[in-house]
Formats: sequence, structure tokens, C-alpha cells
Amino acid sequence: MPSTRVVVTGLGTTSPVGGDVPTTWQALLAGTSGIRHLTDDWVDQLPVKIGGRVAVEPSEILDRVKARRLDRSSQFAMVAADQAWADSGLEGSGLEPERLGVCLASGIGGVTTLLANYDTLLEKGARRVSPLAVPMLMPNAPAANVSLKYGARAAVHAPTSACASGNEAIAMAIDLIRLGRADVVIAGGTEAAIHPLPMAAFANMMALSKTGSEDGGDPTTVSRPWDTGRDGFVLGEGGSVLILESEEHARARGATIYAQVLGAGISNDAHDIAQPDPEGRGGTRAIKMALREGDVDPATVVHVNAHATSTPKGDIAEGLMLHAVLGEHVDRCVVTSTKSMTGHLLGGAGALEAIATVMALRDRVSPPTINLDHLDPEVDLDIPTSRRDLPQGDIVGLNNSFGFGGANVAVAFGSV
Amino acid sequence: MATTEEIRADLADIVNEVAGVDADDVQLDKSFVDDLDVDSLSMVEVVVAAEEKFGVTIPDDEVKNLKTVGDAVAFIERSQG
Repeated sequence: MPSTRVVVTGLGTTSPVGGDVPTTWQALLAGTSGIRHLTDDWVDQLPVKIGGRVAVEPSEILDRVKARRLDRSSQFAMVAADQAWADSGLEGSGLEPERLGVCLASGIGGVTTLLANYDTLLEKGARRVSPLAVPMLMPNAPAANVSLKYGARAAVHAPTSACASGNEAIAMAIDLIRLGRADVVIAGGTEAAIHPLPMAAFANMMALSKTGSEDGGDPTTVSRPWDTGRDGFVLGEGGSVLILESEEHARARGATIYAQVLGAGISNDAHDIAQPDPEGRGGTRAIKMALREGDVDPATVVHVNAHATSTPKGDIAEGLMLHAVLGEHVDRCVVTSTKSMTGHLLGGAGALEAIATVMALRDRVSPPTINLDHLDPEVDLDIPTSRRDLPQGDIVGLNNSFGFGGANVAVAFGSV
Repeated sequence: MATTEEIRADLADIVNEVAGVDADDVQLDKSFVDDLDVDSLSMVEVVVAAEEKFGVTIPDDEVKNLKTVGDAVAFIERSQG
């Protein structure tokens, strides 16, 4: 058992349902969907015409010249990091740069920058390709840009594990602090992949729902985790950041603590490049590891922010995992998929859902899962369709993320 | 034929767009690096945008000689001439 305890001392997000944490959290509790018909001119050629754009464009917040040197995914990360840093109260605290790290992931990287420059190459020639293209599109660009902004010299990491990337970044940040390599880590995930190429690819692999894209379809009802009518995820975008800090450091400076980080678990399926293990064995191991690290009694796990993306197989497998880990206690565990409202942010999902988990523990209330009209009979979980109060006392919340490639990451948070 | 002032003004708009420098500060005697804080990657962007705007070619070997706004304007004038 690692002796250094880790706590959460700052939060920031820009999401499909809000431009900051308070707005996003209230929208989630109210069951508000951020999914809309996309208005981009390229959308006509695609079978999927809906998505979850960020509620507040980063161009409204960031300096224009700085923003034009950042891929959209880095812009989201910067907006979220600025909020989280301000929220933490670390500015002017005397934290040494060598004790500050960054773990900030993206699933796909700067895909819109890459493809826009390829268009330029084809249309205008090699001379017109931006000299900034590589530092903008590299997958570690969000982490690198945030590290530059805050002078973080302990480490800069960008783990990639597709849709588990954000949660893996958080798990890695926890390790950095426990290993004594940093006192504070700016951790999270970001994604900006609403572009015709990734959307066409996800649609062609039958991962995206094609429902609600025709004229008159209601985009807000398409992401429906665990519902019998689910037929794929809805793509969202955004970035989210948590400030993770050793408890000792946080207490010494009198920081406001949102939640404890109890444990993290990482495993791999080695089953299929894109399909989940139908029995959820790898995910089960990751969740068990997270609980074991924190010496967590399964009876205290009262809330799960599930990965549940609204795909037919994955949602069922996650139910099996929770039964395998929690046993009889699963009946007292309130499970939610906030993706029913935000869509699936890929590498941005894990950190956004970590924030939702932390806020649920702090406010002792679970957000609903919307669009759950008919629970899949293969899923036996308590999934409220309106906000549900969580119990008082010491409680634990779990955040799960699973990615193409087989990665499973679970992080357990504890109330304070 | 564009005048020196017209070229300077158009170049100033490019420097403003790329580097955020106030266009009024982009005067002939100003150094891109020392006065206007235009870094090397931004300078490449300025050069490429200037090539498109003024219909000239600025070879990579020439860029290092364009230390001031006046150097760049003079090069563009010569190339257009």
C-alpha cells in the first residue's frame, strides 16, 4: 500500500453541457442533453449528423494569437486547466516548478489540425503547410502546452489508450505523486474529433448511432446507455482537468479538498482491437485493483460513473463487472452514465466523468441517466432516471473508462 | 505598383494576424525578433503569408537576412519590380 495519500483540490472543464464545472454539474443533475444537430457544412455527406459540441467556444475565452497556435483539443485543455488551476488556489503558493507535473491525454490527438493541413497540402502545395502543424497535432501537445503555461517541470505525460486515455492520465498522475516525483499534478483529458473523417470512420465501424440524424429527429434522445433502443454512441468534444495533490501538501497550504483519491486500477483485455470482452473480465480486474489499492470495503461503494457509451455489448459487460466486484452490495450502488447527456468524449471522457464522480461525492447526489425508457433485461443495476441523493458518512465513488485496444482503467474516489 | 507604405501596411496586417503585434507597431525600423517578438516559427508563417499576399517567392536562405520590417518591405519591392 503506497503511503502517500492523494486528494483532489481543483476542477475545470469545458463540455457539451457547460463552459465550466458549476454549469456542467448543474446541467448533469438536471438531466440536460448537450447533443445537437451539427451545423458544419460537411455534415450533409455523412450518415451521422449529430454530436456534442462544447457549450462555450474556446475562441470566446482564449487570446486569439495564443489560440491559433493550439489545436482545438489543446484549446479545450488550456481552458479547463486555467479553471482548475484558479480553483486550486495554487497560484502564488510557492510550489516549486520541479514539484509540479502534467498528465493530460487525448485519444486521437490533433486530428483536425492534421487533416486541415493535408487539405492545404493538396489544394495549395507543400509551401503552404503550417510550420506549426507538428507541434499542434502531436498527441502530447495539450499536455505540453499546459506544462509551458504553468512551468511544470516534474513531468509531462500524455498516455494514449483511446477512450480510456483521460482516466489513464489520472491514474498516472496518482502514481507520480505516490512515487514522490511530484507534489501536484495537472491531470485530465481532452478531445476534439468532430470532423468528417473520424465521424465517417466511427459510423462505418457501426460504433456511432445513426439515429436522430435525419430531419426532424431528436438528437437529445440518441445517447441512451442501457436502454433496449441503444444502437451506438454519440460523439462529443471537450476537455477536463483535475488538480491532484499529495494530501500532506494540500493540508499544509490549507487547500479546499473536494475528494480523496483512494486507488486506481489498470488492466488490459487482449481480447479484440475494438470489441469489449463480453464477460468484462479485464474491467473487473481493473475495478478490483482500484478498490484493493484503497483498501475499500465494497459495501461503501455507493456510486459508479460508468463508461457505458450506449453501445449494445459494452453496456452489458460493464454491468457484469460491477456484479463481479460488488456482489450483493451492487443493489445499494447508484450507477449513472453521464454520456447519456454529454455524448462520448473519447479521450476527454474519463476526466469529465471523474469530475462528475468527485462532485457527486461532494454534493452527495448522483446525476441521472437520461433516455433510459426500457432497461435492457440483461442489465441488473440501479440506474436512476432523475437525480438521486447519496448517503451520508464515508462513501466511495468509482469512475470507469474502457478503450479500443483493450485498456481498462478504474479510479476510486472517497468523500471527505 | 504598390508603394512602400502600402506594402508595409499589408505586411503589418499579416504580422498582426500571425503574432498579435499591434499593426501600428510594425514600422520599417523595427526588428522582427528583438522589437516585435516574432519567433522563428511565426516568421515562417509571416513569410508564407507574404508570399501569397504579394505574389513573390522568399527563399529560405533569404529569410535570415530579413531582420527588420524595412528589410522585408525592400525585398518585396525588389521582387515585385
